[in-house]
Amino acid sequence: MDGAAILERLRARLGSAIVETHAQCGDHTAVIERAALPGALSLCRDAAELAFDVLMDLTAVDYQKYPGREDGPRFEVVYHLYSLRWNHRLRIKVRVDEDDAVVPTAVPLWPIANWLEREVWDMFGVRFEGHPDPRRLLMYEEFVGHPLRKDYPINRRQPLIGPRI
Amino acid sequence: MAEPTRREIMLGEGSGTGSGQNLTVGMGPAHPAMHGIIRILADLDGEIIRKADVEIGYLHRAFEKDCEVGGWNNAIPYTDRLNYVSPLINNFAYANAVEKLLGIDVTERCKYIRTIMSEISRVCDHLTCIGASAMELGAFTVFLYMIKAREFLWELVEDVTGARLTISYGRVGGVKADLPEGFDAKLREAFKQTREVLDEVHRLLTGNRIFMDRMVGVGVISREETIAYAITGPLLRAAGVGFDVRRASPHWAYDRVEFEVTTQKDGDNYARYLVRMAEMEQAMRIAEQALAAIPGGPINVDFEGRPIDPAAYVDQGKQGKTEGLLLVPITLSPNLGGQDRKALERVNAHDKRVVLPPKETAYGSIEGLMNHFMLIMEGYGIRPPPGEAYFASEGANGELGFYIVSDGGDRPYRVRCRPPCLPPMAALHRMIEGGMIADLIPTFGSVNMIGGELDR
Amino acid sequence: MGVGSFFTSRLDEAIGWARKYSIFQYPFVTACCGMEYMATACSHYDVDRFGAGLPRFSPRQADVLFVVGTISHKMAPVLKRIYDHMTEPKWVVAFGVCTCTGGFYDNYATVQGIDTIIPVDVYIPGCPPRPESVIDGLMKLQDRIAVGAQRY
Repeated sequence: MDGAAILERLRARLGSAIVETHAQCGDHTAVIERAALPGALSLCRDAAELAFDVLMDLTAVDYQKYPGREDGPRFEVVYHLYSLRWNHRLRIKVRVDEDDAVVPTAVPLWPIANWLEREVWDMFGVRFEGHPDPRRLLMYEEFVGHPLRKDYPINRRQPLIGPRI
Repeated sequence: MAEPTRREIMLGEGSGTGSGQNLTVGMGPAHPAMHGIIRILADLDGEIIRKADVEIGYLHRAFEKDCEVGGWNNAIPYTDRLNYVSPLINNFAYANAVEKLLGIDVTERCKYIRTIMSEISRVCDHLTCIGASAMELGAFTVFLYMIKAREFLWELVEDVTGARLTISYGRVGGVKADLPEGFDAKLREAFKQTREVLDEVHRLLTGNRIFMDRMVGVGVISREETIAYAITGPLLRAAGVGFDVRRASPHWAYDRVEFEVTTQKDGDNYARYLVRMAEMEQAMRIAEQALAAIPGGPINVDFEGRPIDPAAYVDQGKQGKTEGLLLVPITLSPNLGGQDRKALERVNAHDKRVVLPPKETAYGSIEGLMNHFMLIMEGYGIRPPPGEAYFASEGANGELGFYIVSDGGDRPYRVRCRPPCLPPMAALHRMIEGGMIADLIPTFGSVNMIGGELDR
Repeated sequence: MGVGSFFTSRLDEAIGWARKYSIFQYPFVTACCGMEYMATACSHYDVDRFGAGLPRFSPRQADVLFVVGTISHKMAPVLKRIYDHMTEPKWVVAFGVCTCTGGFYDNYATVQGIDTIIPVDVYIPGCPPRPESVIDGLMKLQDRIAVGAQRY
């Protein structure tokens, strides 16, 4: 299916849960409301004509310093989906505010989401509800803060940790 | 509690009978495998691994945050150090993602060069992977042979890019310089040596009883789980799915060369080894075909005159004798080989907003100077339109994707690298649980974890 | 100089000579420099001809700690522990710019030079250093070993 048809199919099934869509640079993208996210993701994986069986990437972007979007929702969690069967791709985005940075987890659908969501928690501080193992992935446990946020200065040094077991 | 078995009396509690306490063994983070640093906490029942917890992040170098600090081309050296055994693929994938956002297309010759250099990098990566994992099984000779072959390829890469490992060769809009003279013959010689080494390694390993005993049936992961864990690359092909980004979304010159995508059925370490060995041969085949078909041809020459050396060129310009100065070819110093104007224009997109002008233009005309200034200084530079783009290329371990968000400024707003070796590491505990502790080594070796890419 | 110190100084020289030609390295390999370390250790730029060909993968059995590649804050305590476990005499080689000064990773995650944690004897800069640089650094290390100079 080509990208426009995928977006049409999503719009038909999800209706008003889709906030906006675009196809910039040939990448078809849909921004979905958080409440409808689990339903949308399982639709993408299970519907026969969509068959997005591979969650290629799960990441987040911090829009605090983006010109024109400083007052809107701060974080945007981005899912890149790929279908081995049909060889088509889709990008799904969810916008969350800073003080309510919780997104339903995708672990029951794709087990790789376990580590990818841990990384988003580590780097951005976005929690994933229902995640079985919410630990940091890349930084050490004693680290304070979420480094990829725009207000974390790149040069900040934290005290060295001692050896543990 | 059951009566202690004879085994338990002799060996103590927990010796593999399931009724004792499990022993937790931590492997890493500093361990002899030359793969990098990872920590695997394995709960052992005798020798069987009951539960494994993989901990990563020991090489986190803040790649994504560092990319936001400088300009768009400044991120290229950081991308070199992602998958540091095949750095050219990272460079080109990142550059292509930015070009996708800008909406520019590189020249044909550049596409062929990117294909050739990516395939050379892929061969280097597979050589290192198989060499290192064979060494851990005790086959030290294989390691020495493969590193010898890799040296020939690195000399080739050094001729083209100037460095052996961290090459920073790709640029947004093209590559740094054209291929040097005599590249054809050097490539043929290097591939001949590599093919001899591959032949020797085949004879040493492929039918070897000990190697097969350690690798066949070990580290198995089922096809469905491989897909569910988003594993791509040689591991997915070893499980029977013929997915290759070069075939699925052909970019550069991949649709104009013929190559096979090898698959195996078993999904164990031996299948991955066979897939990698076959891929090396296919990669060399692609590079040779691309080199034979590379466009270049005679460039329209519309000037008269012998080449002039740079000092005299600048003197003439300062004296005001600038008529026709732009058309005169100059002899550049050896480390700028391939960057003279006609070579550079063959391999870089003709877009003033993105690509640096050649040195003759930068020093010989005021427009060139201003163009150079505007691309380098802060506040100016390459400015893609606001938006986002994702570009995926076939890295040596699988799909290497770059997701780029731009706010219209001269610095990237967000650069995300989708690491191809993160999914296999997330699935590693599935591969080793139920197996013995000694089976962890070949499994971990065949996953080809590269720390720079995993932890970024 | 009496006869006793003549023998001791000759003995020290002999021990220094023996030590410098039988280096047992612990290659603490983390990142890209590891590739150049492998290249230096293998047949093309053989390091075995200096007597340094056998890596010992246990700190108790090694005398030179080659810190190869970037050390992040998560890895730093591990490095310190490995250094503490090594038995004397021990030397440390900082291989690559990331270990000398942090390289171009001036950020929250990278230790800006391992000499902030452990004493270093020889710094080999380069990103990654060419094998010729590594061999040069190794020969300078051999000079220090022969004299018995220590940094702790």
